[in-house]
Amino acid sequence: MKQMNREVVTNKMNRRLKMNTLAKWIFFGITLLILCILVILLVRIFSQGMAYFDWHFLTNFASRRAENAGILGPLVGSLMLMVVVIPIALILGIGTAIYLEEYAKKNWFTHFIETNIQNLAGVPSIVFGLLGLTIFVNVFGMGPSILAGGLTLALLVLPIIVVTAQEAIRAVPNHLAHASLGLGATKWQTIQKVILPSALPGILTGSILALSRAIGETAPLIVVGALVFVNYLPSGFMDGFAAIPIQIYNWTIRPQEEFQQLAAAGIILMLILLIVLNATAVWLRNKLNRKQQ
Amino acid sequence: MGERQYKSEIRAHLASKKKGKWFERSISPLLTVLASISVLTTIGIVFTLLKEAYHFFQETSVWDFITGIEWTPFFASDPKYGIWALVSGTFTITVIAILFAAPIGLAIAIYLSEYASDKVRRILKPILEILAGIPTIVYGYFALTFVTPLLQEVFPELSRFNALSPGLVLGVMIIPSIASLSEDAMTAVPQAIRQGAYALGATRLEAAIQVVLPAALSGIVASMVLAVSRAIGETMIVTVAGGSSPNFGFHPMESVQTMTAYIVQVSTGDAGYGSTLYYSIYAVGFMLFLFTFVMNIFSRYISRKFREEY
Repeated sequence: MKQMNREVVTNKMNRRLKMNTLAKWIFFGITLLILCILVILLVRIFSQGMAYFDWHFLTNFASRRAENAGILGPLVGSLMLMVVVIPIALILGIGTAIYLEEYAKKNWFTHFIETNIQNLAGVPSIVFGLLGLTIFVNVFGMGPSILAGGLTLALLVLPIIVVTAQEAIRAVPNHLAHASLGLGATKWQTIQKVILPSALPGILTGSILALSRAIGETAPLIVVGALVFVNYLPSGFMDGFAAIPIQIYNWTIRPQEEFQQLAAAGIILMLILLIVLNATAVWLRNKLNRKQQ
Repeated sequence: MGERQYKSEIRAHLASKKKGKWFERSISPLLTVLASISVLTTIGIVFTLLKEAYHFFQETSVWDFITGIEWTPFFASDPKYGIWALVSGTFTITVIAILFAAPIGLAIAIYLSEYASDKVRRILKPILEILAGIPTIVYGYFALTFVTPLLQEVFPELSRFNALSPGLVLGVMIIPSIASLSEDAMTAVPQAIRQGAYALGATRLEAAIQVVLPAALSGIVASMVLAVSRAIGETMIVTVAGGSSPNFGFHPMESVQTMTAYIVQVSTGDAGYGSTLYYSIYAVGFMLFLFTFVMNIFSRYISRKFREEY
């Protein structure tokens, strides 16, 4: 029998161990690289945009002169869009999730709806814009209005809300529902008083995620016909509108340096909105979780 | 309590119960209607695209559309609608994005699932989520005003609008989804299999590459296909930094135009309702829908069909 050569084995083992350590650091380095990109992105935006990000920027309309330009019109437009998106997306999304989890029988139709929602989640956002342009703007005659834009965005984020709400409802322990039904509560009473409150933190997180997505969406609104230059406040939901991401787009593609700095200032505003939204979600979730325990 | 009062209370109670029943019964159909909206949305998308594209194909032959390589819709005389000019622009950027994102995303997935401690993972995963949550217009801004000038230092011949810069930034955008879906697939590989490899003397690297990776391959490939689909449908990065020159071929250093960027270009212009130009965005939108739809189905098929069951 051929004997093992201790030296060869040790060498080989050392080499393998070294490879392992090397690979570990390479993987770690690559992971850090992503962190660096995020930092560079943020530093770049803040260093470019802070000069323009002030009270004047928030309270003035767009202007052809960079130093006079503000983002008031798009800011109000984005907020009004959310007023349309929030109720519609939540009612449709949570309703669909309750139906799928609590009422639907396990048949082809249920399966079809679930597959359909997965597919909708993968449809490019700009295609939703084409849907909105035909159905809401032209067929329903809403014109390029806040209502048409909001409905388009609501359909766009619907799959996110449905899927996260489904998960949250599924995570509610069965014995809670059983106890409620055992005490004589009806099915809807159980859903309303037991299941939904218990699933609320999860549903809330998903909804905030969906809203964050809606606030940052640009392409579908462009297709629906959002305006790129607004110097009035919309007086109602049937008015034309601009939105923050559209204004950012419009400033970004101008060749002048000042407008790109304005774009950065607009991005700062949008990021602040997103951070506030997400921080609220975390805070609410913690508060609700504590209350339940 | 008198008997009469007692009776009337029971009656009231029964009446309210009857009313309650009616209410209970109406919930299920109501929710069915709400759930149907998502189906209606899909039907609406397909119907809209087909109907408006049909108008487009009244004026342009389908054959020229799906075989042509010239895209000159703005020419007053004899405009050409050959979709391959736009498809090649989309593919150029998508290929750059996936070549950049796949190895990095995979490396992050391996690090997170095989090497990182719980503590490190708890810090890194939210950072990936932040990257995934940044609106695409922000990435577009970053590509045009930062990455392109930076790349021009390295490649002086790079034009202001090009495929390389949005491709790389698009890669950054899809890295989080590749990383997190691949990590999910790798974490789903049972611990026992890993420990078996360690027991045979494998290092962590060997176990990761030779045991965990093959076991999780279906999930990893599915994550990449999904990422490709997202890259194809992405709009703002490529519109802002990619330019608007629909040229057939693979030209990473030059201005290109993707399918999505074309739709934006027409939408921001003044194509009248009912013009061929107006209908053309639906034909392009339909191609886009088809590509992403097939990719998504394919991704789900891979992860279902080739999943290793333990």
